[in-house]
Amino acid sequence: MGILDIKDVGKRFGGLQALSDVNLNVEENTCHAIIGPNGAGKSTLLNCLIGKLIPDSGSVMFDGQSVLGRTPYEINQLGISRVFQTPEIFGDLTVFENMMIPIFAKRDGAFALDAISDFMSHKDVVEQAENELEEMNMADKRHMHAASLSRGDKRRLEIGMCLSQQPRLLLLDEPTAGMARADTNNTIDLLKEIKEERDITIAIIEHDMHVVFSLADRITVLAQGTPLVEDVPEKIKGHPKVKEAYLGESA
Amino acid sequence: MLGLSKKDASLLITVAVLVALAPIFLNPFPENSALSQFNAGYPDLMQRFVIFGIFAIGFNILFGLTGYLSFGHAAFLGAGSYAGVWMLKLLTINVIPAILISTVVAGLFAILIGYISLRRSGIYFSILTLAFAQMSFALAASVLTPITGGETGLQTALNDPRILDGANEGGNIPAPNFFGLEMGDSLQVSFAGWLWTFNAGYYVSGIIMLISFYVAIRIFRSPFGIMLRAIKSNQQRLNYTGLNTRPYMLACFVISGMYAGLAGGLMVAMDPLAGAERMQWTASGEVVLMTILGGVGTLIGPVLGAGLIKYFENIFSKINSNLLHKWFSFLPDGLEDFVVTIIYPFIGKGWHLTLGLMFMGVIIFLPGGLVELGQRISRSLSKNKNDAAEHKPAE
Ligand SMILES: Nc1ncnc2c1ncn2[C@@H]1O[C@H](COP(=O)(O)OP(=O)(O)OP(=O)(O)O)[C@@H](O)[C@H]1O
Ligand SMILES: [Mg+2]
Repeated sequence: MGILDIKDVGKRFGGLQALSDVNLNVEENTCHAIIGPNGAGKSTLLNCLIGKLIPDSGSVMFDGQSVLGRTPYEINQLGISRVFQTPEIFGDLTVFENMMIPIFAKRDGAFALDAISDFMSHKDVVEQAENELEEMNMADKRHMHAASLSRGDKRRLEIGMCLSQQPRLLLLDEPTAGMARADTNNTIDLLKEIKEERDITIAIIEHDMHVVFSLADRITVLAQGTPLVEDVPEKIKGHPKVKEAYLGESA
Repeated sequence: MLGLSKKDASLLITVAVLVALAPIFLNPFPENSALSQFNAGYPDLMQRFVIFGIFAIGFNILFGLTGYLSFGHAAFLGAGSYAGVWMLKLLTINVIPAILISTVVAGLFAILIGYISLRRSGIYFSILTLAFAQMSFALAASVLTPITGGETGLQTALNDPRILDGANEGGNIPAPNFFGLEMGDSLQVSFAGWLWTFNAGYYVSGIIMLISFYVAIRIFRSPFGIMLRAIKSNQQRLNYTGLNTRPYMLACFVISGMYAGLAGGLMVAMDPLAGAERMQWTASGEVVLMTILGGVGTLIGPVLGAGLIKYFENIFSKINSNLLHKWFSFLPDGLEDFVVTIIYPFIGKGWHLTLGLMFMGVIIFLPGGLVELGQRISRSLSKNKNDAAEHKPAE
C-alpha cells in the first residue's frame, strides 16, 4: 500500500458533483501526476487532502493515519506541504521572512511562544533559509517584499517554502503556471534533484505536458470528478480516453 | 545593546532622552508669556502622555501586528484600574503591587474575552470585543457597584485596611507612593522666566513606559512577532504551513490586554480613582485613533499618536470664547465676532470636532500616520541635500 491512499472520495458543491468515487494510491518516493481538463476537480481533490475541504464520503489515509478530521496545521505537521494554484505567500513580509516561517514551524511545532529572542539570532533557521533561497536562485531578492515579486518568483518562493519543511508528501498545484520557460526548466530540474536526493513523494497537478512527462512516474487522468485512467506516462500519451477527455465527447 | 539592533537601540535611547527631558522641552514658553497656555510640561498632562503611550503601544501589538481591530480595549484599562485601587485600599498604598495586580487582572480578563472573541475575525471580532467592553461598562456602573463603586467610582478612603502599611496615623488619606516617594511630589526649578516641574509620578510612569516600549521592540523582532505579522498577511497560509494560529492570537490578545491593564494601574497610581466611564466605548475608540494617527504597526507611532491627541485635547478644550475674542480683538468688531463664531464649535467641548477633522486628514493624506509624515520630511530633506551636493560642482 502506498503512502497516500484515497478511497471512494466524493465531494458535492450544491448541485455540482465535483468528485465522485475517486480512488488513488500513491507509492512512497514516487511522483504521481494528476491531469485533466479545467474544472475536472483536481484542485478540489488536493483540498480534501490538506483539510481545506472535508469530503462527503470516502477516506484519505496518509502513512496509515486518517487525514480527515484533522486541522490543516496538524496535517502539515504530519509531513504534507502544498503549493497552491495561485501563489499563497506572506505578501507583507520580506522574502527572507517568508522563508523562515515554514522552517520555524518545522523546528518548533504548531505553537511556540518565543516573544523575546531576535528571530535573526536563530542561526540554524537563518542558515537553512539562506540555503533554500540560494537553491531557488532568489538570494538576491531576500529583502524584497514578497508581494512585489513577479508571479513566477512568487511561485518559486512558495515551492522553496514547502521544500524547506522537507515534507514527506509534497502537493503541487500547477507549480509552473505563470513561469517563464527557463524558470519552468529550473523548477523541473530542482524537483528531479530533490526527488533523487530526498525521501519525498510528490503529487503534482499540471497542464504543461512537458513538465508532467519529465517528472511523473505515474499519471492519473481526472475528468468530471472521476479518474478515467491511471498508468505510466508512456501509456498515457496515446491513450484514446485521454484524448477524449481533453478534446470533448465528440472527438 | 540589550539584545537590540543598532537601529532599535538608537530609537530606544532617543525615546528615553525625550522622556527624561520632557519637562523642559514641553515648556518652551516662559511662565508669564501669552503663549504659556500652549505649554504641556506640567505633571498631570505628561503623566497622561506616557500612560496613554503604554495603552497605545499595547493596542498596536494586537492591531498593528495581526490586523485584529479590538474595539473593547478600554475594558482592560478599566479592569486594571479597579484592581489597582483595590490593591491600594487593601494591601498597601505603595504603587508597585497595584501596578502588578492591574496587569495580571487585565491579563486574566483578556484570556476570557479573547478566547471567545477570537472565534471570529474581521468585523465580527471587532463587534464581539465592543460588546464585551460595553457589557463590562454596564456591569461596572450598576450590578457590580460593591466592587466598582458604581457611578461615583472607586477610590481610596481613610479607613481602608492597607494591611501592609500598619496603622494610619495622620488624619489624611495617604497618597500613593513608591517606597515613600509620593507620586504627587515635584521638584520645581525656575530659570530665567521658565518654570520646570520634575514630578515623581511622571518619572515612575515614564520609566515603566520605557520598559514597555523595550518589551514591545523585542516582541516585534521575535519569532512570535513574525508569526503575528504573518497572521495579518495570510492567516490561511500560516495554517497550511503547520502553525496553529489560535494560541498565537490569544497570546497576542492577552499581552495587549496586559499593556492596557498596566496603563489602567498607572492611572490609579497617579490619581487613586477609577470610574466606569474608563471602560466606555469612547475610551476604546480613542486608543484606535491614537494608534492610527501615530502610525499603525510602527514602533514609535502609537506613542506619538497618544501624545498628539492628549496634547490637543488639553489645549483645545482649554480655549474658550473669551480667549478667542482676546486673540482676534485686532479685527474690526463685526469681523471679530464672525471669526470667533466660526472657530468656536471647534474648541472647548467641541474639540472632538477638531479631532475628527484631524483624523480624516491623516487617513486621506497620510495613511501611515505621523511616522509617515516624518519619513516624508526626512526623505525630502535628504533629497534636497543630495541635490545641493550634486549642484555644487557645477557652480
Ligand atoms: N468551494 C467551491 N464551491 C463551489 N464550487 C466549487 C468550489 N471549488 C470548486 N468548485 C467547482 O468544482 C469544480 C472543480 O473545480 P476544481 O478547482 O477542482 O477544478 P480543477 O480541475 O482544479 O480546474 P483547473 O484546471 O481550472 O484548476 C469546478 O466546476 C468548480 O467551479
Ligand atoms: Mg485547479
